This record gives sequence, C-alpha cells and structure tokens, in this order.
Amino acid sequence: MTGHQRHATLSAGIFLAPALLLIAIFFFLPVLAALLLSFTDFDVYALGDLNRLRFVGFANYLQLLQSPLFWTALGNTLYFMLVGGPLSVAISLGAALLVNARLTRFSGFFRTAFFLPVVTTLVAVAVVWRYLYHPRHGLLNYGLSLLGIDPIDWLGDPDWAMPAIILMAVWKNFGFNMIIFIAGLQNIPPQLYEAARIDGANARRRFRHITLPLLGPTFLFVALMTMIGYFQVFAEPYVMTQGGPANRTLSVVLLMYEEGFRWWNMGYASATAFVLFALILVGTVLQLKLRGRESP
Amino acid sequence: MNRRLHRLLPALLAHGALAVGAVLALLPLWWMLAASLMPAGEANHYPPRLWPSMVTFEHYAALFTRLDLGRYLFNSALLASAVTVIALFINSMAGYAFAKFRFRYRDRLFQGLLAAMVIPAQVAMLPLFLLLKQFGLINTYWGVIIPGMASIFGIFLIRQYLLAIPDSLLDAARMDGAGEFRIYWSLILPLCRPILVTLAIFTFLGAWNDFMWPLIVLTDSSKHTLPVALANLLGEHVQDTELMMAGSVLTVLPVMLLFVVLQKYYIAGILLGGMKG
Repeated sequence: MTGHQRHATLSAGIFLAPALLLIAIFFFLPVLAALLLSFTDFDVYALGDLNRLRFVGFANYLQLLQSPLFWTALGNTLYFMLVGGPLSVAISLGAALLVNARLTRFSGFFRTAFFLPVVTTLVAVAVVWRYLYHPRHGLLNYGLSLLGIDPIDWLGDPDWAMPAIILMAVWKNFGFNMIIFIAGLQNIPPQLYEAARIDGANARRRFRHITLPLLGPTFLFVALMTMIGYFQVFAEPYVMTQGGPANRTLSVVLLMYEEGFRWWNMGYASATAFVLFALILVGTVLQLKLRGRESP
Repeated sequence: MNRRLHRLLPALLAHGALAVGAVLALLPLWWMLAASLMPAGEANHYPPRLWPSMVTFEHYAALFTRLDLGRYLFNSALLASAVTVIALFINSMAGYAFAKFRFRYRDRLFQGLLAAMVIPAQVAMLPLFLLLKQFGLINTYWGVIIPGMASIFGIFLIRQYLLAIPDSLLDAARMDGAGEFRIYWSLILPLCRPILVTLAIFTFLGAWNDFMWPLIVLTDSSKHTLPVALANLLGEHVQDTELMMAGSVLTVLPVMLLFVVLQKYYIAGILLGGMKG
C-alpha cells in the first residue's frame, strides 16, 4: 500500500465512521438481536429480570403459525397489498400519462395537486378521513348519495373497513409513484413516437409497443417500493379502526406492535417481525425473477 | 367544425379527467381546513358544508389554551430540526467518502448497505427499544433523534450527486495543500447545496410525519410529537369534529408549506432515488 492510498483509506474511515457506527449499532445490531429474540420467550417478566429469559427454539414461530389471529393479520395485510398496490400503481400511471400528455395545460398545477397528499402527515389525514367516512354525515356518503348510492358504514362494516383503508392509502400515496412514472415517460425518446406515427401506429399501439416496454424498469421499481411499503401498513388501521371491526383491518405490523409494545411479548413479536421480513424478501425476489424472465 | 371538434375532444376529456382528479385529491384537505374554521357542530351538518357559515378561530384557540398544542408543536419542530441538522452532516460525510475515496471493499460495503434497505424498520424496533432502555434514552428526545441520525438513503443521495462532480476539482484543492476536512467543509458542502436541501426536506418531513417510533419511545405526554398527540386527542375529542380538524391542519400545514416552497428539490430527490431501479 502506498502512502497516498493509506492516507485515503484513513480519511475515508474518519468520514465514514459516524454513519457506519450509528447504522451498525442502531440498525444492524437490533436486526440481529431481533433474530435471537425471536428464539426466546422474552416477555414482561424478562423485561424486569433478564434471568427469566429462556431459549425456546422455534416455539414462537410454531405458535405464530398456529395462531388464527396471525393468519387473520396476514390475510388482511395481503388483501391491503394485493388490492391497494396494483390500484395505486394503476392510478399513478394514469395520472402520469395525463399530466405528461403533450396537449395538457397547467401540468405543473395538476402535478402539485396530485402530489400534495403525499407530503401530509399520515396520522392527521387518517383522522380527517375518519370523519369523511362517517356513515351519516360524512362527505363521501353524501357524494355517493348524489349518485344514488345508499350510505355505507365504511369503518364499521367488516366488509367495507379494509376497502376504506385502501382507498385512503391510495389517495395518500399515488402521487409519489406518479412522479417516478412521469420521469420514466420523459426518458422515452420522442423520436420513437414520431417514427411509429409515420408508420401509422395509433395511440393504443404506441402505448402498448413503446410506452409500456420502455417503462419496464420504472414499473419494476415502483411495484417493488409500493409492495414493500404496503406490507408495512400500520398507522392507517391504528388511527382509523384500531384493527377492527372484528379484526378485519388488523395488519401484521399492528399485531407486532400490540404483542411487543402493549403486552411486551417481545420474543413472539420479534418472530412476527421476521415473518414479515421474510415475506417482503420473497415478494422482492419473486418480482425481480418475474421481470427477469419477461425481458431477457 | 367537425374536424376541430375531433381535435379538441381528447384535450377536453384529458382535462376533464385531470380536473376531477385534482378535486378528489384536494377535497379532503379543503374540507379539513373549512371544518376547522366552522362554529362547533357545523361540520356534522347534513348535507355537509364545504364553506364555514361564519369563520371562527375558537378551535385553534382552544387547542393552544386548553390542550397544550403549542407544546407538541414545539416538540415536533425541535425533534425534526435536530434530526435534520445532524443527519445532514453525518450522511454527507459518508456519502462523500463513498463517492470520492478509493479504499478496499468500498463498493461491496456500499452494495451491502443498499441491500439492507429491504429490511423493514419494524424488525429493528423491539431490540432498539431494549437497547435505548439500557442507555436510559426511553422517554427522551434523544431516543427519537439517535436512530434517525444516519440513513442509508441519505448516504445514497449524496453519493450519487457527488459522483457527477469531477475529481480534478478535489485534486486541485489537495495540490494547494488543503486538509481533508477543509476540503469537505469549504468545497464539498457548498457544492452539495442542492442535494443537501433535498436531503433536508426528506429528513425533516420524515421525522415530522413519523408516528410509530415516537409513539413507542415517548411515554410521557409532555414529550409527545404532534402526530402522537393528535392520535391521543382523537380518543377524548372524537365528537369535536371542528377541533380535531384544527389539530390536523396544524399538523399538516407546516410540512405542506415547506413542500410547496421547496418542491423542486423534493421532486429531484425522488427522481435520484428512483434511478437505482
């Protein structure tokens, strides 16, 4: 190693140290500890006296897999993700196409309007939507009554509570993906559209054969980020329904929070967190594989 | 005439759809603001009103006098500002090192950090709570600040930005005998200004809007942030629609103004983040 190189390594070390130490101590270490914790019976007694901690192997995971409540939470989370995710991506893409269209005027205004919900505080707008969803005097049911639709007990009806939460979540975050789609659209060379137009391809064909394929990488990125985010749903059900009615909006993270920080079953809650992590990992790999096969 | 209509129709449809979308996107926020200014009870009228019959600030006054909202506003502002200032330094230093120094395992280390972004933050929360409890940091401001001080995304943003800056600039400064820290402080940081603004907005908004971690760490209500206080307020004042809306406005307004003023930088950050896809 030359003197210059050694100097560079030393300087880099000094510049990196604060960030890497913080990330190691307050992120990687806890993640590892969570893995260990998930194999113990850490509970409220262990919280007071660590000697009460026992190694229990896979007992937490087995208990989890046998718990109907966990399956309910997992089912709800998958429902939220599999319905809300594609809905959010579709609306984002539609909004991006409209905002980015050549003939659109005031696109800056529309872009900001669609994006504004993204920067709002989730808890605050969840509170707002609780009132919008009020079965008797809420704005949403009033709007539906103008269309001749009977009032819906959005947050009180077990069948409607999750759709209500999905609707609110999509409203809150479609603008984020829209921005990424707009950038993806603007990266497509306009000459391609010109050439296709000269060849007589109509708008629908241009969309299918130019826009969609060239938007592929953007699509993958958006789909991945949306999936990862939607898996972690917490504040919406916490504020709007507390997981009810009849546990129909209980999410995996909400279950983890309740088990870990309300009942202090930290071993069990850690196992829940790791199952969530495993699911996100599987989802990520699956999407990457799927895309890889589509475009060799 | 017919041909003109044929040309105009798509434009009309597109703008119609955009207008409907904009109304749907903004209506909840508008209703929140309108309801917060209505006399007590008016927000529960049917059919709902979108305009206060009489503008009153009594709910805002009640929040500050009876419900100590100023305290929560202060907590939120303090925590978000502290996290932002510290995170700017720590992440910019690390991003600089990853972009401009050659050292062994640099790229592998960076790839490893990026891959770790797939780990959901909730996985770390339980042990993190126990760790901070050991340090006596539960129910302190530091308990909220410390885990937010370094972020992989922040390091990534700075690194991407600095990669585009030619090394010759740094070499010239080194020739002049400037020390490494001096180069960072008086050359790199000024160069990074746009991306630092971006990172500052992201960090501030993230910290201001965060709910789960402050909810877990801050047990004493005098230390609560606005979102936590708002969620608690809902428990006691769910009937006082106008009051709750005033609280929501106060929570949302600061970050919304910040975004409207600095939107260019915020959008730039999303796009830089999206590039790695």
